[in-house]
Amino acid sequence: MSATANELLAVMGARELRDNTTVFTGVGAPMMASVLAQRSHAPGLTMMVEGGVIGPMWKPGELPISTNEMRAAYRAQALPGITDAFLLAQRGFFDVGFIGGAQIDCHGNLNTSAIGGYARPKVRLPGSGGANDIISLCREVMILTVHEKRRFTERVDFVTSPGYLEGGDARRRHGLLFGGVSRVVTTLGIFGFENESRRLQLLALHPGCTLDQVRDNTGFEVLVSPNLTTTKPPTEEELGILRMLDPRRQFIG
Amino acid sequence: MTIAPREYDFVAARRRLEAKPKAAGPKLVSLEAAAALVKDGDHVAIGGCLYSRTPLALVWALLRRRPRRLTFSRNLMCYEGEWGMVAGAVDKLVTSWMGIGLPWGLSRIQREFVEGGRVEFEEWSHLGLGLRYRAAAMGVPFLPSLTMLGSGLMDVGGSKTVECPYTGERLHAVPALFPDVAIIHVQRADRLGNCQIDGYPHMDGDIARAASTVLVTAEEIVSEDEIRLHGDRTVIPGFAVDALAHAPYGSYPHECYGAYDSEPEHFTTYVEGIQQRGAAGVADYLERYVYAPGSHADYLALFGQDRLTRAVERGRMLTT
Repeated sequence: MSATANELLAVMGARELRDNTTVFTGVGAPMMASVLAQRSHAPGLTMMVEGGVIGPMWKPGELPISTNEMRAAYRAQALPGITDAFLLAQRGFFDVGFIGGAQIDCHGNLNTSAIGGYARPKVRLPGSGGANDIISLCREVMILTVHEKRRFTERVDFVTSPGYLEGGDARRRHGLLFGGVSRVVTTLGIFGFENESRRLQLLALHPGCTLDQVRDNTGFEVLVSPNLTTTKPPTEEELGILRMLDPRRQFIG
Repeated sequence: MTIAPREYDFVAARRRLEAKPKAAGPKLVSLEAAAALVKDGDHVAIGGCLYSRTPLALVWALLRRRPRRLTFSRNLMCYEGEWGMVAGAVDKLVTSWMGIGLPWGLSRIQREFVEGGRVEFEEWSHLGLGLRYRAAAMGVPFLPSLTMLGSGLMDVGGSKTVECPYTGERLHAVPALFPDVAIIHVQRADRLGNCQIDGYPHMDGDIARAASTVLVTAEEIVSEDEIRLHGDRTVIPGFAVDALAHAPYGSYPHECYGAYDSEPEHFTTYVEGIQQRGAAGVADYLERYVYAPGSHADYLALFGQDRLTRAVERGRMLTT
């Protein structure tokens, strides 16, 4: 079975999640990754969804389009409300924050607000939603995104959600006492961040993907880990779970 | 800098609230009479979230009055923000995100009006806006938080930081937002305005405490005894409510938890109208669904009883 881009992101994202942890997850690929982890190696994973939903058990074929609808709340353990959901993150209850793609720069900053100037943009994008809060407040944040040159840029036009800002200890200097982006999982590979500079660093390539492909699709210099590895391809079991959850392929493509 | 002192002036907001009678009297009025309490220039905070428990009947009744210079604020803004802009009712939107959802793509109306500088668009993070309402609900001018720090969003509204007097750490002083009016849809209320919400509460409890005037619609008006039997479910106390209207399907075609599901196909048709004709597609929609029907029941009749019944069945299935 060959995987679609969204299936690849969901599988690679799911493998980064550990059992008996908590994850604050966005819609789309992060949500698929979280449910896949829950139904494979991490049955003790507790999901929090932005609409103020704790521990739902989503129904196959009825996955939520928005984080604030009945499908998102299906068989939830608690429905604390939106503000209180994020305040649980501020308190430190979430091991991992899991968010989707956008314009991203070499320090993991995300832009989902505006392309071109902010006040009179060339393209106005939807906005932060909870992405800024998840990236500011969770203990560790992972970003799942399609890997395209127009998305991977040296500096984002606007910092909607702070990765490592200008790099180094900038997060701390701006008062972001906790957390930080640990992984950027793309359709080509998996990135971490170099310790000092806090620039994206390629840790692994997906099977069949090359370093040249990564360089061609990235708008800044790609740092490569001296221990570059290759990920294992998605298994039939992983893809089978995703396809059982999303039989109409609304989310996996 | 786009936040105005009136938005966080907690002393003035408290005085406005103190000046209002808190009589435990009946609050039931018509939908139209409730909407008439909104004045031109008001800041209207909209309850629910995205396409969940949106007070669409109140938005419908409000836009029929052809209001001007309103500000709409909402945690995640769905197409009611597009309606407000195209209707010429809204000068400013305050939200963390705008659209319907991933399958429907970017909001072309948001793009057209914001890129063209025709409306002011003030963006906060989701928690940022939630804490603005929460601070106001608590009667204080700001709340300290760790969110939004270091991001470009700090400059959008003109956020300031504050040094903690105990630890010396620097925190975001999220400014309060006291709206003029809150509009909210709930599952049930008694005639005194005690409101109960099933499922996710979104930010409705906070905006009801934060606003100067609170307008509510309810799926069901129940007896005072029924409210008293489950007082733990009452999210908004009657004394906070200025006007209550009975509006079955008051969020439709958005969802109302436990009562009915949303209508994604209707959203798709609406978006197709925009893809074909831009803002004129929304103007046509408003003509057909908002201005033409003489009553909210006539508006619902445009969808037909069969669709309403199926939405109710799906809503039950998703909550049992």
